Amino acid sequence: MLAAFIGFVVIKRITPLLHTPLMSLTNALDAIAVVGAIILAGEHKTKLAAILGAIAIVSATSNIVGGFLITDRMLRMFKPSGAKKA
Amino acid sequence: MNGILGSDLLIEITYIIATALFILSLMWMSTPATARRGVFAGEFGMALAIAGTLLHHGIVDYKLILIALVLGTIIGIPLGKVQMTAVPQRTALSHTFGALCVTLVGTAEFYLPREVPMPRFMMAVLCMEVILGALTITGSLMAAGKLQEWLPQRPITYKGQNLVNLGLLGVAIVVAVILVMHPERTQLFPAIVAIPLVFGVMMIVPIGGADMPTVISLLNSYAGLSAAAMGFVLNSKLLIIAGALDGASGFILSMNMSKAMNRSFSNVLFGAFGQEQTSAAGAAEAKPVRSATAEEAAAILSAANKVVIVPGYGMAVAQAQHKVRELYDGLTKRGVDVKFGIHPVAGRMPGHMNVLLAEADIPYDKLLDMDEINGDFPQTDVALIIGANDVTNPAARNEPSSPIYGMPILDVDKARTVMVIKRGMGAGFAGIENPLYFLDKTLMLFGDAKGFVGNVVRELGGGGH
Repeated sequence: MLAAFIGFVVIKRITPLLHTPLMSLTNALDAIAVVGAIILAGEHKTKLAAILGAIAIVSATSNIVGGFLITDRMLRMFKPSGAKKA
Repeated sequence: MNGILGSDLLIEITYIIATALFILSLMWMSTPATARRGVFAGEFGMALAIAGTLLHHGIVDYKLILIALVLGTIIGIPLGKVQMTAVPQRTALSHTFGALCVTLVGTAEFYLPREVPMPRFMMAVLCMEVILGALTITGSLMAAGKLQEWLPQRPITYKGQNLVNLGLLGVAIVVAVILVMHPERTQLFPAIVAIPLVFGVMMIVPIGGADMPTVISLLNSYAGLSAAAMGFVLNSKLLIIAGALDGASGFILSMNMSKAMNRSFSNVLFGAFGQEQTSAAGAAEAKPVRSATAEEAAAILSAANKVVIVPGYGMAVAQAQHKVRELYDGLTKRGVDVKFGIHPVAGRMPGHMNVLLAEADIPYDKLLDMDEINGDFPQTDVALIIGANDVTNPAARNEPSSPIYGMPILDVDKARTVMVIKRGMGAGFAGIENPLYFLDKTLMLFGDAKGFVGNVVRELGGGGH
């Protein structure tokens, strides 16, 4: 609840200018679910859990890597008037 | 024993730091000046959390984890390098991956052998996790397919559609309730994965291209909520918080988007806009419009003091953003004040236009959102509309019978001259005629956005008047 509240307060302030990078960033952060997947795959309690956990790690990691990469790429493109072309 | 306690404490600490970094990360996202720092904070937090998790004492199989991490990285890198115009479908696809992870973990948790039956609360959140996750998987996949144009963008509707969809969701919830009441009936579990998977497809089928910004945000929110639910199942505060942040962000964006289209959530999801109105459009063709050539347009633009460019999805489709940059450069050099007016739902996801224009090296302080720019139109000499339609339709302001009446629009009709680059006189997404095109001060510039802007740029450069 508190987190959702913090989320509302923080995100309300973000300018529409950055909504696309915001979404790809939250996507990457959301992939923190990888933590649960790592434990599942690592504990290897049953074969099923290990396999599902491993696939889950793959899909979450692709989001982490891809999400951070693209967010940074997008943000690098936002330049104020003064700046010369990179 | 001591060592184990020590590592538990360490893991706890890394999680707390990671949580704080995630919150900071979003705070820094609020302005372009600090946004990149936000990404670093997020990356650092993520690395810490993963490192902390690897210390978990129950982990025996590091090889499997490593292989999966490497594989995920290999898939992730190309996903981080897609074209900027493809960002909406990439985002939708990443919602699919996120939801897939959560759903798989939920499923595995359900089938884990345990000495005591799962407590009711846990079963309830687990069901929520899996239902939201599963519908996000197929829903986002469908959305990505529509955005990539593998699937038709036009909404597909049939009689009783809403009834079928709501019925499906209802059944899934009933099954979930039964599972919570009788956790021993494990044979029911596949149903709460399968039904939402079907529901996800059915939910997106009736949704058209222009509603994508809302839908993507909504799916973003679902993905976040299912991760938060997973946090409750695993009793991980980090996961609950990250999921809630994502859920809240998606929710706020979808609220913004629906507000910008003057429609409620349920209207976007169950409305299937654009079917009924098509009949109204046909009559328009006969009315006279004024058109102009690239040469005339260039002359008018270079004589102006203030120009506002209004980009829309058409600009993205035509890949015209770099030509638009050249136009911006050409006009700025002549001392014309050029700004961009961007409607919240322009494009296919929130903020889509801003990213495309930023990619073309247009300074972000020239990109203004609807509320900031609308006051400027009365002092604007030329409003140049590139590939946008419904968001400039004055009928939304003054024609109560119009289907888009009440939708906030860019007041381009208040500018002294309006120029519209458009391929033809066809109606926009909503199939609604745009009276803007028939105003005396409106010049229609017929042609492909990229080609036409290119011609205008050439006239500006080579004209030498």
